[in-house]
Amino acid sequence: MRFHALRRLAMALPTLLVISVLIFALLELAPGDPMAQLPASIPEQVRADMRAALGLDRGAPVRYLLWLRQMLVVEPSVALDGLLGTNLATGSPRILSLQTRAPVMSLIAQRLPQTLVVVGLAYVIGTAAAVALGVWSAARQGTALDRAGTAIAAMGYGLPPYFTAAVLIYIFAIWLGWLPTVYDTTHRVTGWDSAAVQIRQMILPVAVLSLQTTAQITRYTRAAMLDALGQEYIRTARAKGLPRRRVLLDHALRNSWVATLTVIALGAPQVFAGAIITEQIFGVNGIGQLLIQSLHAGDLPVVQTVTMLIAVLIVLANLAADLIIARIDPRPEHA
Amino acid sequence: MRSPRRPGPGVLLLGAAVALVLLGPSLWPMPHSAMDLDALNAPASLAHPMGTDQLGRDLVARLIAGGRVSLAVALAAALVGTGIGLAIGIAAGMSRRLDAPLMRLTDIFLCLPLLPLLLIAASLFRAPLAAALGPEAGIFTLITLSIGATSWMGTARVLRAEVRSLMQREFIAAARLAGIGPAQMVLHHILPNVASALSVSAALAAASAILMESALSFLGLGFPPDLPSWGRLIYEGTPHLGTYPGRALWPGAMIAATVIGITCLGDALRNLAAPR
Repeated sequence: MRFHALRRLAMALPTLLVISVLIFALLELAPGDPMAQLPASIPEQVRADMRAALGLDRGAPVRYLLWLRQMLVVEPSVALDGLLGTNLATGSPRILSLQTRAPVMSLIAQRLPQTLVVVGLAYVIGTAAAVALGVWSAARQGTALDRAGTAIAAMGYGLPPYFTAAVLIYIFAIWLGWLPTVYDTTHRVTGWDSAAVQIRQMILPVAVLSLQTTAQITRYTRAAMLDALGQEYIRTARAKGLPRRRVLLDHALRNSWVATLTVIALGAPQVFAGAIITEQIFGVNGIGQLLIQSLHAGDLPVVQTVTMLIAVLIVLANLAADLIIARIDPRPEHA
Repeated sequence: MRSPRRPGPGVLLLGAAVALVLLGPSLWPMPHSAMDLDALNAPASLAHPMGTDQLGRDLVARLIAGGRVSLAVALAAALVGTGIGLAIGIAAGMSRRLDAPLMRLTDIFLCLPLLPLLLIAASLFRAPLAAALGPEAGIFTLITLSIGATSWMGTARVLRAEVRSLMQREFIAAARLAGIGPAQMVLHHILPNVASALSVSAALAAASAILMESALSFLGLGFPPDLPSWGRLIYEGTPHLGTYPGRALWPGAMIAATVIGITCLGDALRNLAAPR
């Protein structure tokens, strides 16, 4: 078990390195010069000095290694300094945003809570609904209920989030006027009334995101449940007189967990990417909006770091899925 | 049970959307960028059955034009994506030496944050490609190539598995004994046998290409206003949702109908290939 975990970890590291090279190369290959916006009257010598101060005079491999060092050494030691009060990172240059000159990591730290609250809640609700719907429609396979559930899942897959968001905003915010159209991130929860406002403004974004999650995961849960229900041990359990409910939950669901949990773990970081769209619609100033704004402004250090962060989350989720399977699946090929 | 050869409602939906988009210009010959300055923000009327936008452009004409762009992107990106996936899948399935490195490459691509990377590519490479190929051809090439280059992984995995199991079969061994080279082998023995799996993945790739393109356009990093896609129309319509909801809802409904239709087509193809 421990050997397996170490081997997966050893495979994840080169993957992350390759991805970081790809992201760096994509930004490097793109034309465009951070100095292009400066007035033409600046003398050539000053311009060259400014390039040197930004580190642009060095070759791409050197800058890649320096970026890697900032990501792996400088930023973690800044975080350690903040936690423990040490001064490991004094004097080392941090990754700075070209727009605000603030460290990228503190921009991310400001934005992350909003994203995590909306995306995290949506993912929890979405997966819970997906498991319930999957179990339910597999238990009643072939009936009208099952077909309705499958149809809802197919629709949720085909309906893009900007369309479901537009429909939901039109119905609930504009037509009925029950909910606000825009998420107000400056809102502070101080008591019951403001908590109610917070809940009301979260309903629409969370509904849009969790609908997408539910649609994607339900199909896998239902397939895994049907697989488990077709096994011999289900017939045995039925034959020895166990109630239907216990057969369904204790035998079938327990055995379909491996597939279901894998999909849930793998899907988690993709929701981060999907949240880019939802944040844009509802005006949540989270990570996704930071990425879009920085792209429009040509703020490449922020773009690079946020993209890399999402890549790290994806690789970690893959690793987590592997380890979860190894932990809960007793069959020897995973041990 | 319905006979598998009869098209289901989803496939009919797709057919209706495609027919509307293909035949649309001859049924409704109004140009999509013509501005009727006497009818800004007009409600539905005989001259403009869905009304006009804030520049007086006819919404029916824009919906049809948007559909042509969206479907062209879907087709081209699916061709690129399944083409790459086919090549990698067959190479990995047939050659033991190439198998491990190609599958590692596939795993790495599956770990990439696709939407952020596509956004980066679409915003950074837009100007140079537009300068090289012209504004419309440039952005079309950029979007189809970048979507195609990031959507081949599923096809490659499915085809590798199919090809590997084919390689165990006796007729392949017989063909090898007869001295047939790898190119002939692929053309005459492998391709016909993976055609059904390929068509299912091509359908799924087309559906996800439509969604990806409209996501880029919705974020303002896709097609320009004079070459509207359905995603671009939603982007333009969303700010007016309170006053003119149809502007965002109609193109959204068209995307949803097309994607659901293509998914149903994929399921129908799968059932045709392997009836349960």
